[in-house]
Amino acid sequence: MRTLTKKNLLILGSILLTFALVQVLVLVGILDSFYEITIATICINIILAVSLNLVTGFTGQFSLGHAGFMSIGAYVCAIISMRIGTVGGFLLGLLAGALAATVVGILIGIPTLRLKGDYLAIATLGMAEIIRVVFLNLEITNGAAGLNGIPRYANWLWLYFFTVMAIVIINNFLKSSPGRACIAIREDEIAAESMGINTTKYKVIAFAVGAFFAGLAGGLYASYFYFLKPDLFGFMKSVDILVIVVLGGLGSLTGSVIAAILLGLITTFLQSFTAVRMIVYAVLLVVIMIFRPQGLMGSKEINDLLKFRFGKKEEKIE
Amino acid sequence: MPLLKVDKLTKSFGGLTAVSNVSIDINKGELVGLIGPNGAGKTTLFNLLTGVYVPSSGSIALKKNAATIELGGKKPYHVTKEGLARTFQNIRLFKDLTVMDNVRIAMHQNVKYGLVSAFLHFNKYHKEEDELKAEAERLLEIFHLSHKKMELARNLPYGEQRHLEIARALATKPSLLLLDEPAAGMNPYETAALTEIIGWIRNEFGLTILLIEHDMSLVMKICERIYVLDYGMLIASGEPNKIKKNKRVIEAYLGEDVSNA
Amino acid sequence: MDQFLQQIVNGISLGSIYALIALGYTMIYGIIKLINFAHGDIYMIGAYIGFAVTTYTNLGFFPALIIAMAGCTVLGVTIEKIAYRPLRNASRIAVLITAIGMSFFLEYTMMFFVGAEVRSYPMILSKKTFNFGDILINIQQIYIVLTAVALMILLQFIVHKTKTGKAMRAVSVDKEAAQLMGINVNTTISFTFAIGSAFAGAAGVLVGIYYNSIDPLMGMMPGLKAFVAAVFGGIGNIPGAMIGGLGIGIMETLISGYGNSMYRDAAVFALLIIILIVKPTGLLGKNTREKV
Repeated sequence: MRTLTKKNLLILGSILLTFALVQVLVLVGILDSFYEITIATICINIILAVSLNLVTGFTGQFSLGHAGFMSIGAYVCAIISMRIGTVGGFLLGLLAGALAATVVGILIGIPTLRLKGDYLAIATLGMAEIIRVVFLNLEITNGAAGLNGIPRYANWLWLYFFTVMAIVIINNFLKSSPGRACIAIREDEIAAESMGINTTKYKVIAFAVGAFFAGLAGGLYASYFYFLKPDLFGFMKSVDILVIVVLGGLGSLTGSVIAAILLGLITTFLQSFTAVRMIVYAVLLVVIMIFRPQGLMGSKEINDLLKFRFGKKEEKIE
Repeated sequence: MPLLKVDKLTKSFGGLTAVSNVSIDINKGELVGLIGPNGAGKTTLFNLLTGVYVPSSGSIALKKNAATIELGGKKPYHVTKEGLARTFQNIRLFKDLTVMDNVRIAMHQNVKYGLVSAFLHFNKYHKEEDELKAEAERLLEIFHLSHKKMELARNLPYGEQRHLEIARALATKPSLLLLDEPAAGMNPYETAALTEIIGWIRNEFGLTILLIEHDMSLVMKICERIYVLDYGMLIASGEPNKIKKNKRVIEAYLGEDVSNA
Repeated sequence: MDQFLQQIVNGISLGSIYALIALGYTMIYGIIKLINFAHGDIYMIGAYIGFAVTTYTNLGFFPALIIAMAGCTVLGVTIEKIAYRPLRNASRIAVLITAIGMSFFLEYTMMFFVGAEVRSYPMILSKKTFNFGDILINIQQIYIVLTAVALMILLQFIVHKTKTGKAMRAVSVDKEAAQLMGINVNTTISFTFAIGSAFAGAAGVLVGIYYNSIDPLMGMMPGLKAFVAAVFGGIGNIPGAMIGGLGIGIMETLISGYGNSMYRDAAVFALLIIILIVKPTGLLGKNTREKV
């Protein structure tokens, strides 16, 4: 690994600085527990959004079933950590949940990813509904009543760690040959296949990676909010995640992060008005699609903007 | 045995036979032209060779090292892996990606590092990515595109887009290159430049080339042999000079009425 | 055997409602290739209009049905004009996301005004039942099936015997060519939304009567299921939507009757995924392929 380049040090520095800043604000008491919940929600939503963006924004496979993978991670992590009540159990649960979501993602992806556009969207929606109905009927998940009293190990430190990890890994992936293969599929599937890319394979890989992180986010959710029920992971949740991705820009990780923070704040302020919040969401979706279909960031990332700002002469190839 | 041996290849769509009983041989190092009037089945033949369509009958055999590989019915990415690369009649670049990325994507099948390196950017990743970049730059240099490597493909002028498509096809390291109307829409000056490049890359990369073209100046100038297709059937083959004088070819192109008059 | 026939009878009445909603989906998909997610919510609004008309006035079934259909027609055409028309040349994903947005907008605007609680529908049809052997058929079921059949016959007439119907078919095959032939594409699309939404409105009133309860989120599930019905029959195909609707209705009642009703919804979606994978064009759909 080329760990000690100037750029990497800069990134590492800003990651630590952000962490320290929030930590100080919490310690001083400016951020009380109410805002801590907001921050936790934002972290979880960032993981969900960047992973969905990989599937929908970068690989071009429209999925409406992300909440399904999240629920798998959540339930697996909850069930394991309720039986092994240690930090180790929590981490094991997270990993197992993410892997379970990956396996389901692969199993579902292989047949459905042959479908295109809105057909795929509707198939993934159906799949997430099936997963929800299964959780509603299983004994181990306690049906519609859900699971209560899940040990709470996820805290701000863990959430931040996993959020950064998700962003870094997905960003790394996108700047690699398999990642470029995924982007090529979005651009032109027929041309991609003619350039030697096994399109089915890479769609499934993108789907699996997306499912892994959705599962991870689910596990963190279960542990932080210590309560689960199947209805949390319905169609509505999938759309919630989609709104973040679309608002930020399909194909921009930076956009997903910004949108997750923005919507997290909006949600906090509209907490007690569910209907109003959903109307705001709905209007946002329609207005963005009509007036700025590329979202806040388009497909630009933060370094594109910085480059523009400082007018760098030498174009660096990532 | 020739590099590519197409034997009695047929493709029907419902009742329509688009390619009928076509047999073609292409030897290593040759530059072969495929011509014919509009709708003669040229692009369909390309699509059969590259795996976009599955043949109704017949075989497509490619010689690779000592072995012979049957390509008929294989998926496009598989065919590319065996050493066939193509361009498209209606240019199918990755329009919203940079020139550089277009070429690097096509190098995909020769990349050796795995998924874990891709996630974590191990040394293996950096080493190979550096090589990739250097190789892509070399290819772009040939097509005079290196100064535009960070531009989006969609912003290139038409002629350069055609060049980039050829560069992208070459990046897959093919033994046989299929060009579908590479000079379509070009002016005579651009066509002349393209003719030169095609000849040059053939020697430089030791390529075998099959090209579909309507521009006869290009075909007659560089092709060593020509196959003529009409209504899905092979009606003539041979050297350019012979094809020029072939009665059936003239009929096919001009219509019987003219030749009878 | 009797129980089986009874389930079939119940399935047909539920299926006719699905078929009515599915028709709107399939016509709209046929003409602008959009899965109109808001369609299920138009049906919800139809149910509320029917509820308001019968509760606050003394009008009966048919006036309520017609007013609901009229209201939904206006709503459907307006939504198309405001939200979908500006995106006529945008990517299909963009329009689909807009449709999801519209769906949520209708659901939560409704919730904002009428509250989230479930309301019971006024009894506008008697609950009188007829016995045929051991099979029970009530007046409501007869009304539902007859209304659905009448509307479907009307639709067949419009699509195949009128000039507007011809225009609809032309636009669904090729928008540009239709325009060159002097067909006003926007008017035709509006008309399609009008018919589709009117049918959804009718289905809303019928379902209110059938289940005797309505709420702002009631459109979600039946909307999705009707979409499954449309896909099952072959999306874009009108007879396909009718067959699909009846098929899904009967399948659901059979699963509820014999199996575990909890898995009813899962079964519908499993069916959807199987169709999409095995025969994505549905029972009566046609195949298309991208040209290289």
